[in-house]
Amino acid sequence: MTSQHPEKLIIQDLHVAVEEREILKGVNLEIGRGEVHALMGPNGSGKSTLGYAIMGHPSYEVTSGSIEIVEADGNRRDILAMEPDERARAGLFLAFQRPMAIPGVRVADFLRHAVSNVRNPERKEGQELVPMKEFRGELKAKMAELQMDTDFARRYVNDGFSGGEMKRAEILQLAMLAPRFAVLDETDSGLDADAVRLASESIARIGGADMGILIITHHEQLLEHNIPLKTHVMLGGRIVESGGPELAAELHKRGYERIRASYPEAAAAEEAMAAEAAATA
Amino acid sequence: MATDTHETSTLAAVPGNGAGVSKPVFGEINKYDFRTESPAIFKARRGLSRDIVNQISEMKKEPAWMRDFRLKSLEIFESKPMPHWGGRIGVNFEDIYYYLKPTEQQGKTWDDVPDEIKKTFDRLGIPEAERKFLAGVKAQFESEVVYGSLQEDLAKKGVIFTDTDTAVREHPDLLREYFGKIIPPSDNKFAALNSAVWSGGSFIYVPKGVSIEFPLQAYFRINAENMGQFERTLIVVDEGAHVHYVEGCTAPMYSTESLHSAVVEIVVKKHGRCRYTTIQNWANNIYNLVTKRAMAYEGALMEWIDGNLGSQLTMKYPAVYMMEPGARGEILSIAFASAGQHQDAGAKLVHAAPHTSGRIVSKSISKNGGRSSYRGLVKVEPGARKSKSSVVCDALILDDKSRSDTYPYIEIEEQDVSIGHEASVSKIGEEQLFYLTSRGLSEAEASAMIVGGFIEPLVKELPMEYAVEMNKLIELQMEGSVG
Ligand SMILES: Nc1ncnc2c1ncn2[C@@H]1O[C@H](COP(=O)(O)OP(=O)(O)OP(=O)(O)O)[C@@H](O)[C@H]1O
Ligand SMILES: [Mg+2]
Repeated sequence: MTSQHPEKLIIQDLHVAVEEREILKGVNLEIGRGEVHALMGPNGSGKSTLGYAIMGHPSYEVTSGSIEIVEADGNRRDILAMEPDERARAGLFLAFQRPMAIPGVRVADFLRHAVSNVRNPERKEGQELVPMKEFRGELKAKMAELQMDTDFARRYVNDGFSGGEMKRAEILQLAMLAPRFAVLDETDSGLDADAVRLASESIARIGGADMGILIITHHEQLLEHNIPLKTHVMLGGRIVESGGPELAAELHKRGYERIRASYPEAAAAEEAMAAEAAATA
Repeated sequence: MATDTHETSTLAAVPGNGAGVSKPVFGEINKYDFRTESPAIFKARRGLSRDIVNQISEMKKEPAWMRDFRLKSLEIFESKPMPHWGGRIGVNFEDIYYYLKPTEQQGKTWDDVPDEIKKTFDRLGIPEAERKFLAGVKAQFESEVVYGSLQEDLAKKGVIFTDTDTAVREHPDLLREYFGKIIPPSDNKFAALNSAVWSGGSFIYVPKGVSIEFPLQAYFRINAENMGQFERTLIVVDEGAHVHYVEGCTAPMYSTESLHSAVVEIVVKKHGRCRYTTIQNWANNIYNLVTKRAMAYEGALMEWIDGNLGSQLTMKYPAVYMMEPGARGEILSIAFASAGQHQDAGAKLVHAAPHTSGRIVSKSISKNGGRSSYRGLVKVEPGARKSKSSVVCDALILDDKSRSDTYPYIEIEEQDVSIGHEASVSKIGEEQLFYLTSRGLSEAEASAMIVGGFIEPLVKELPMEYAVEMNKLIELQMEGSVG
């Protein structure tokens, strides 16, 4: 493999609509493999929408712009042409802000299927899964690292999980699937102080130098062990400002007053979006 | 897809029975069962008449009481209208063979079996010998050899486990005490039909205080007799005895006959326990109209676990009559309806004594234009104080073409009772699908997983190998590779 081309996730001028309402209004973002980026912004500014669009949620329609992966050989892969499962198999991952409960489906069974497909992208349904013994051993080890009880694997996916358990389960999946690029959407919310610290360390360990990570957060603690190369601020469906780790600290401390004042156009878009959301609700 | 392949088998034309028309009948005689019979007795014709019923009884060398029971049932059948509930029953009673000896069903060859059935066998990993039987190519599955020692164990404990025809000959008094008493021929048109022409099925008697630790399976004695069209099963669980009986198997039942109409009667005496598990996967041409009922006495527990896949129309409502204080009834039902299929399944609980309790859990899945209905009755008779019943029915609809209905009937003639009913209908959530596909599962895998999860509470009640097969079957159904 020639490494003249560092693998990258490139998002250009992305416009996304939900039910014909435009939410993202031209987002540009470039994340290299091995880089950590933070994405902040007030509630409703479009952060989760970006995560869904990257992963291909059918309700989030990309009206223009592009999402591509630059491969090590320099080829560009069009992510938008792929189904969600193909995106996962191409090495993308989204840790959900609100993970879905799947009653009756055990964490271990679900993960074994997921791991089988992601590690063998050509796998068709009905074909061999990763060997049980190997999978179990790996799952157990990863759960131990995350200080999770082994019983957890037998529970039904997110069914009756506490807020904190859900987020740990998302990190467990991240660890097992080892994607190239991951969006972590408020993976710190719902975790107690100790758990956030553990999560921060774990993510740093899981990510290492191999993963490009976009951390969506309203806080700083998760960034403690994952110092962002860049912090981006989203407002009214656009990334209006990017800076270093100090930007995250500022926003956490002082909020978005300065941002709104500096970018009146985006602030106006934010108000309009809030009004539209209220009208459709 | 099912044509009458009997026409291609070893046929001999003989004069019809006084009708002046030559009809094909089957010449092969099972030499072990009927070596002394004259060939004339082995005429099998389409249609139903006193003659046919007499013939069936004669061939089986039945005692007079059974022949009379059949003839009386025939009269009842003829006098009864078709059920006015459920689905449209497109059966022409004149066009059916009411009695086929197992050897007569051997007309087919493996090549006649439809490809999708073969594919399903492959995917389920059904052993070669069983495939041929299940596909109707081979009449007898040599299970006696394999399970002989098991039979001996049971016999030592005084357990009777045999096919019902044999029981009529060998245990006439015991059988007669209960036969047709739990489900009289007058119960409904199809119970009457079965009573007139029944053949095969299992008879089980578990003596006082005897527990059978492993599930008894019809599978153990798999042969065409006890999996026929009109099988008749009777289970008597004596005081304090336990048994779990498993009927059918998840491999597709392929039959060229379009009507399956069984009767299953169960008696569970004081403090006895009986669980009856059915998993059936019928070919798409079958009308599956089955009457199942159990009587539970003091402190007894009766459980029906009923899984219905395939068929054109299934109408089946296993019932528990709780006859004495402390009796309990539990019915778990799963139905999966796909294209061209209507599952009208449900349950019946009758509280006929105080302090009885019942529970119905029904889960149905409709896909690809399939239709499933829950039809249930909870009845509390006067004086059945402090009775409790709960009904939960959940329906999962996989697409806009498919349909699900709920018909819960509740008749309460007593004040002091507690009856609960919950029903939910859900569609496979786009959000759930997205969650799973975003982790790399294909859409088919993801839906199969959601469906599997939906019925998991019932599947985990099944014996291990059935649970595994059930899950595989659901996966197959979801892939759409098998109808
Ligand atoms: N599925 C949806 N249906 C309708 N409106 C939606 C949907 N998803 C997002 N929106 C709207 O899009 C806007 C952006 O929502 P989004 O969830 O992306 O915000 P966010 O930045 O993640 O907010 P938060 O910090 O509260 O998580 C909001 O106005 C929201 O109401
Ligand atoms: Mg969000």
